[in-house]
Amino acid sequence: MKAFRILAAGLAGLSLAAMAHAEGGAAAHPHEPEGGWPFDGITGQFDMPSLQRGYQVYREVCSSCHSMKLLSYRNLGEAGGPFYDSDYPNPNDNPFVKALAADVEIQSPTPNEVGDYDFRPAMPADTFRDPYANVNAARAANNGAAPPDLSVIVKARHGGASYVYSLLSGYPHEDAISTREVTPAAVTTPASDNGTPDDPSDDVAEVSTPAEMQTIIDMSKVHVAGHEAAEGEHGDAGLLIQPAGQYYNPYMAGDTTPQYIGDPRQSPPGGFLAMGPQLTPGRVTYADGTEATTEQMAHDVAQFLAWASEPKQITRKSLGLPVMIYLGILSVLLWFSYKRIWRKVEH
Amino acid sequence: MSGHESSYTPNTGFEKWLDKRLPIIRFANDTAITFPTPKNLNYWYTFGGILAICLVVQILTGVILAMHYEPNVNGAFASVERIMRDVPFGWLLRYIHSNGASMFFFAVYIHMFRGLYYGSYKAPREVLWILGCVIFLLMIATAFLGYMLPWGQMSYHGANVITSLFGAIPLIGESLQTWILGGPSIGNQTLQRFFSLHYLLPFMIAAVVILHIWALHVPGNNNPTGVEVQDVEKDTVPFHPYYTIKDGFAIALYLMLFAAFVFYAPNALGHADQAIEANPLVTPAHIVPEWYMLPFYAILRAITFDLGPIPAKLLGVIFMFAAIAILFVLPWLDTSKVKSMRYRPVARQFFFGFVVVCLLLGWCGAKAPDAAVIPALQGDKVLVVSYTENGQEATSEYKGGGEAYLDAKRFMASLPEDANPSLAAVAAPTFQFAQLSLILTICYFGYFFMLFFIGLTEKPKELPESIHKSVLKRHKASTATAVPAE
Repeated sequence: MKAFRILAAGLAGLSLAAMAHAEGGAAAHPHEPEGGWPFDGITGQFDMPSLQRGYQVYREVCSSCHSMKLLSYRNLGEAGGPFYDSDYPNPNDNPFVKALAADVEIQSPTPNEVGDYDFRPAMPADTFRDPYANVNAARAANNGAAPPDLSVIVKARHGGASYVYSLLSGYPHEDAISTREVTPAAVTTPASDNGTPDDPSDDVAEVSTPAEMQTIIDMSKVHVAGHEAAEGEHGDAGLLIQPAGQYYNPYMAGDTTPQYIGDPRQSPPGGFLAMGPQLTPGRVTYADGTEATTEQMAHDVAQFLAWASEPKQITRKSLGLPVMIYLGILSVLLWFSYKRIWRKVEH
Repeated sequence: MSGHESSYTPNTGFEKWLDKRLPIIRFANDTAITFPTPKNLNYWYTFGGILAICLVVQILTGVILAMHYEPNVNGAFASVERIMRDVPFGWLLRYIHSNGASMFFFAVYIHMFRGLYYGSYKAPREVLWILGCVIFLLMIATAFLGYMLPWGQMSYHGANVITSLFGAIPLIGESLQTWILGGPSIGNQTLQRFFSLHYLLPFMIAAVVILHIWALHVPGNNNPTGVEVQDVEKDTVPFHPYYTIKDGFAIALYLMLFAAFVFYAPNALGHADQAIEANPLVTPAHIVPEWYMLPFYAILRAITFDLGPIPAKLLGVIFMFAAIAILFVLPWLDTSKVKSMRYRPVARQFFFGFVVVCLLLGWCGAKAPDAAVIPALQGDKVLVVSYTENGQEATSEYKGGGEAYLDAKRFMASLPEDANPSLAAVAAPTFQFAQLSLILTICYFGYFFMLFFIGLTEKPKELPESIHKSVLKRHKASTATAVPAE
């Protein structure tokens, strides 16, 4: 069975090549929610109620900053989509999809009869509303960092849906976060300084410098799967200072070393991003009565984004099986034909 | 086109009429039906047929994709996603095309290694081999141009890296780069010309494939023994049905591998950054090419030193192109008269070493040059306190666990105020991928020079008298020891 040896070698080589690409940064490795993703594996399917809840999370939370330019409301009602109804093979006729679209007001992409662009309720054929007129507006409204478009976000990140889930549910717990007041002038005090930087009578320069509020994270209270917690026992080790307008997340790519007070060899995994924790418990009220915990919302919206990034993936996998069976039978037939044709030839 | 005597006899009146005017049926018959083929070809010889299928698949899917693709910097990314979402079975076409490139290269590498092992580049097949190298070069160009088209982050920045290589050429480099890009930097005009050329080159490949087959059919196939056909009756079988069925079986198996990627892991060989639209202002952390270019990328980055007047960058470019160019002169580098490595005990070992070197070069290409090859052997990071003392830069190192940190802190506190100390963790020196790449690059070129000397000194094993005899001998040996699987 030399052919199988060749095939096995090929598979090994290609998986090696695939592994070579899976190189990650210093961020924590994203993890799946408990129980894994229902759409994983060759027979995976999306969990429709979860997709529907995920759209609700996107609509009520994410969509105020993040666009999804490649999606139209009609996609929600297409076969395999969250609101597909077999009574309406054309999603533009689906009343539920129509209602979902009409719930959003957009500026019409086409001019009216006098040449103005009206604001009107969206129709299924319209693309998802873009929260900003352009990227500059998005940047200006978000502290200089334009929120990325979420249309293909699951394909665009190492770790895919697990990354989205881990990031959204992975912000440090409130207990680890505190604020403290620091006086910037304390570091470069003039010679007259009496050593008590907080004493306003000490130095005029210090009084005029406003004290800054600093957000600090006690890393000894942050537990990241796969990473040992930073040691808090050595003096002031294990404090992470969040830059203003930035939020620490262990799953974000980046480098925390410059912001870390403590042993730089133990700087926590991850980095900072301009989006703060959004999915606080109870942020949305699910219509189906599911409790809106942070994990539940992260799970639902990550699954929704996984669907949005590749709406045809279930079709793709389900077509794979008949193709493999067809090729398998063809191979067997060719193998016996080969044996029969060559039976009289020594080779 | 084939070197053997034609055995075609026109039967019908129309065939006779056509045969006198355009003997196309005779040509097809002699090329694909009656062509005498050595009967001892193994499965490594089926990759020629597999490659033909790959080319056809790429051209067919590519032509249809081009009907939906928009070669414009504002629309390219969205048009590719529209193919995935709104074009009926567009996702299938696109995944076949993108994974098809990987499948094409995987097959061509096996095909080339097979040629190296069985000495298929030696007389009288030098032109056949060189045409194969031309096809490989055209494939690389086509793949590189095609990678630009989805207009993802890796498209843009990968193209930036590769086109800047031309800028390294002295005197004409900068003008050449501008000429290739159609402007001072990558823009819409670059995307449009890349699309145009990406559509053109596959047809040039197809043309060279025809020459390749022509050059194959004049001397005939090489075979695993490397002994030429002596008796057409005893040594060969007609191509059809013997090799059409054997190739067909191998193609069906290969299509299963292909389908496994297309249907179950279509993005496994790609890079996540390709799903982010190109943004000239944001450079990805690691720019890596597709897996099939990684060995050459590793050679490019292996050279980090200037050699006399030649800067490191240019030297890297020279070595990278030389890695392909050396294949063109291989027929004259290998001095051995024996073709097949089966009968070359010394060269055979070097061949397997060469395969390992190529795989390791691919590994190096995927990794950051300063990363540790074996992280387990890398020592712990060292704490370094940098400070100024009497106007001079000074450093102090601390090794060990938590104690070292406290020591470093205490030392920093003890310094005078104007010392301005800072603390950093510095990775321990270790064996890096940049160093491994350099060693492997030397090994890569070393193989071809070794072939020159091995050929002069090696004592080959005894060659079989003929293909027929070698088959009989092996057949007897196998029936004596075991019952055949049939």
